Amino acid sequence: MTDEKVLLDPTSESVPAERSLSERPETMAGLTVGLLDISKGRGDIFLNRLEEKLSDTGIEILRFKKPTFTKPAPVDLRHEIATKCDAVIEALAD
Amino acid sequence: MFERSWTDGLPVVPPTRGRVRKMLEGTTRSPDEVVVSVPPNLIECSVEKIAINAVMAGCRPEFLPVVIAALETICTEEFNMHGVLATTMSVGPIFVVNGPIARDIGMNSGINVLGHGNRANSTIGRAVQLVIHNVGGGGPGGVDRSTLGHMGKQGFCFSENELSSPWPSLAESRGYNSSQNVITAFTGEGPRLVMDQKSRKPESLIRTLAEHLISTVSSRVVVGMDAMLVLSPEHAARFYEAEWSKERFLEEITEIMMVDTDNIIAGSGGIEEGLPAEMKGMSIPKFRPNGLLLVQAGGPAGLFSAIIGGWLNGPSGSEPTSKEILL
Repeated sequence: MTDEKVLLDPTSESVPAERSLSERPETMAGLTVGLLDISKGRGDIFLNRLEEKLSDTGIEILRFKKPTFTKPAPVDLRHEIATKCDAVIEALAD
Repeated sequence: MFERSWTDGLPVVPPTRGRVRKMLEGTTRSPDEVVVSVPPNLIECSVEKIAINAVMAGCRPEFLPVVIAALETICTEEFNMHGVLATTMSVGPIFVVNGPIARDIGMNSGINVLGHGNRANSTIGRAVQLVIHNVGGGGPGGVDRSTLGHMGKQGFCFSENELSSPWPSLAESRGYNSSQNVITAFTGEGPRLVMDQKSRKPESLIRTLAEHLISTVSSRVVVGMDAMLVLSPEHAARFYEAEWSKERFLEEITEIMMVDTDNIIAGSGGIEEGLPAEMKGMSIPKFRPNGLLLVQAGGPAGLFSAIIGGWLNGPSGSEPTSKEILL
């Protein structure tokens, strides 16, 4: 093949690692649930209400907050949530 | 190439070995030098990979140093390209080129400056977006979640008309000198026209400009988002003729754009959007200090200027970022 028929690859030439989702819990009973506020307006209102409803059922709640919604959660925060919680609910926006 | 998702939807130039080799002659940097880590996937990117995408975008070799510098401005923590991609707001990276290189590579700072028709203006920003798409893995519907987007996201790059202005350029205002080649990246919407064909006095025209700027993004957003004002030659002349300095212009427009918070408290005027009630009774500037970026550009005739609204500024969002262009 001549040079003019070979195209150079403009991509990263990498394939993202496939990860399967964690198994979904069948019941919330006895679990520790993280509530993640991404710092978007009124996310706290939504999560406060969720905390009320979930706490009423005896679920342990831990609250977390991203420093800003415009950037990925810091590694330490992701690690803390992963090690302390069985499930996490994230309030996305507005 | 379209079926492989290598394009931005428009046809691209096939990146053959010969074309990429020719493109690499546009820089003194080594093809295998890693110059940036490209978001969102934070992939290390070499000069050669940038050259491949620059060929596809339609760049000439002499544009390559500008494309590389553009990527160096946006692939930074302060510019936060990941957030600019991911936001639902209709913004993208906008580049302003200052210095002799803009003239050397034939960039347009005149008629239709924010539009099409000039190869450098049209392809430099496009090459950057192709790198973000192809190398970084950030494309519409993926990490790019923009509700509406805008046509400038295809690539938005222009130069400032420095030679006919007595005022310092954008780059000079940001600490560089006029002999330096500098690119500045700003996160912005599409441009919006400001018309004032009657004002002959600077005191009048500045009020028109302020009145439009104050509604940038939302008239109820203050301090948190920047804007770029592209002042056309005929509008700028009103200020030059009256011997206003750029500093005076910025001081006076800042004063005019002080916002009475009572008018933008949530619920005022029957509008639920707005500031919290505890902010009543205050006077707040529309933009933070240095939050209005002024660029002088456009065709010689026409009493119009343009506003490019910004996005969330500061460490929580995106900072306008400048960098010297290495040849």
